[in-house]
Amino acid sequence: MALSIGSVALDATSVARAFLGLGDETQRAIVRELRLPRAVAAFATGGALALAGALLQVLLKNPLADPYVLGVSGGAAVGALTAMLLGALAWMVPAGAFAGAVASTAIVFGLARGRGAWSPTRLLLTGIVVAAGWGAVVALILSLAPEAQLRGMLFWLIGDLSAPPAAWTPLVAVVLALVVAMSFARDFNALARGEALAASVGVDVARLPWLLFALSALLTAVAVTIAGAIGFVGLIIPQAIRLVLGNDQRVILPASALGGGVLLLIADTLARSVVAPNQLPVGVITAMIGVPLFLILLSRHHLR
Amino acid sequence: MTAMLAVRALAVEIAGIRVCDALDFSVAPGQCWAILGRNGAGKTTLLTTLAGLHKASSGTIELEGRALASFPPRELARFRGLLPQDDYDAFPATALETVLIGRHPHLSRWEWEGPEDLRVAREALAAVDMAGTEARDVRTLSGGERRRVALAVLLAQQPQLFLLDEPSSHLDLSHQVALLDRLITLARTERRAVVMALHDVNLAARYCDHVLLLDRGAAVAGPAAQLLTSERLSTLYGVSLRSLSDNGRSVFVT
Repeated sequence: MALSIGSVALDATSVARAFLGLGDETQRAIVRELRLPRAVAAFATGGALALAGALLQVLLKNPLADPYVLGVSGGAAVGALTAMLLGALAWMVPAGAFAGAVASTAIVFGLARGRGAWSPTRLLLTGIVVAAGWGAVVALILSLAPEAQLRGMLFWLIGDLSAPPAAWTPLVAVVLALVVAMSFARDFNALARGEALAASVGVDVARLPWLLFALSALLTAVAVTIAGAIGFVGLIIPQAIRLVLGNDQRVILPASALGGGVLLLIADTLARSVVAPNQLPVGVITAMIGVPLFLILLSRHHLR
Repeated sequence: MTAMLAVRALAVEIAGIRVCDALDFSVAPGQCWAILGRNGAGKTTLLTTLAGLHKASSGTIELEGRALASFPPRELARFRGLLPQDDYDAFPATALETVLIGRHPHLSRWEWEGPEDLRVAREALAAVDMAGTEARDVRTLSGGERRRVALAVLLAQQPQLFLLDEPSSHLDLSHQVALLDRLITLARTERRAVVMALHDVNLAARYCDHVLLLDRGAAVAGPAAQLLTSERLSTLYGVSLRSLSDNGRSVFVT
């Protein structure tokens, strides 16, 4: 469906034909070179964000944690906006975002580790403070930026999938992260019940948090690199899954990845077709679909 | 016979405070030990050290003749189980899901709980008088009910060595008696062992054959009959205690 809707509407047969390399050249180009990579990128971004959110909620033992709470998106934003401000080449913006995300993660990781003592509170606090610092730098860049660049910067900050730098690599990264996370899913279930109990039943409570941290930071970095700072998906999707399917990480992790992917795919399809040929930033649409959807879920189910 | 738990010349510290120094004792199958001491004496630290979750400063701990440190975490979790002092619920979960956490060390990495694990978990819930609450959200349980679910997690884990940190906290009198009775019976009939931190000296006197007294870095271990005297307990707690005899059993009153 995401492949057929757009500025140029295509019916299912044309999509299938174009997909298989048949049909006229324009349709082939639209489907295989424009819409398919974009749909894959959207799915991967949503999956990465929701999976990162689910993992961070276990790490911080807080159902309100989201992928950006550790300052990853702030670092990415500073990297990307600096690249834009300096008038860098197009490919350097995502490169800047990725570098910023990784740098921010390293800072939070290093500071939170301190002298070996580790606690969710310390990590959360470090992340929030570092994120606040990035926020100030972003505001500084925005105020220095020439007017012509502001729109692009704003789109990046809201989340924009109009020019994904890669499609299949992020999807592979999400699938790999999911496989790794799933192999520890039962350990996560125990860890969510507190370190003491987890340690009693044989979970490696010293190392497992770092795996969670590394996986979620990597996923978030991938997501912000492709699409900028799309808020909300990482917080709401795992919550919605938990409301409907319960609290077993073996269900939550794959369902979150899938749910986040689907939400962003739908949102992106709408973002590029509602006011076609113009495009909306996808971050606006995810919130517009996600907020009412989540509120309906919340009112229907007893909060679990 | 090899002791289930053998501790030699154990020194334990936490945050610069000495819990014990050169402590020797060994726990045989069927025995029940109480750890007594004031708040902050290090009862929890000693229990977590015995569980292999806190590093001793020096000395050796062996489980059935094998060094504690040589156990991989999951194998260790099949041998000993620890009831934490506090129960922690950040996320919603049913009582049955919570008890199934105890089956973790018995399952391989990709394995899901099978009918046998479910049976064990339901039995454990029934054993703590919580049958019928399988689908209840643990966050809606009362403090005592939640504590019983935590005990059920430990029962479902089926360890040889039960380490319990204040198992009787939050429990009403009837459940204190019922659950400790059950643990002792389990230890005696199935040749398992119990080591528990307690605050109630009378529960210790009633259920434990051995005690460990932690008193500001000095630890003494031995048979309850020798160590549970009003003089020693008065010194331990800094409160004057008298011992009354009731049908041959000592009862301590302030």
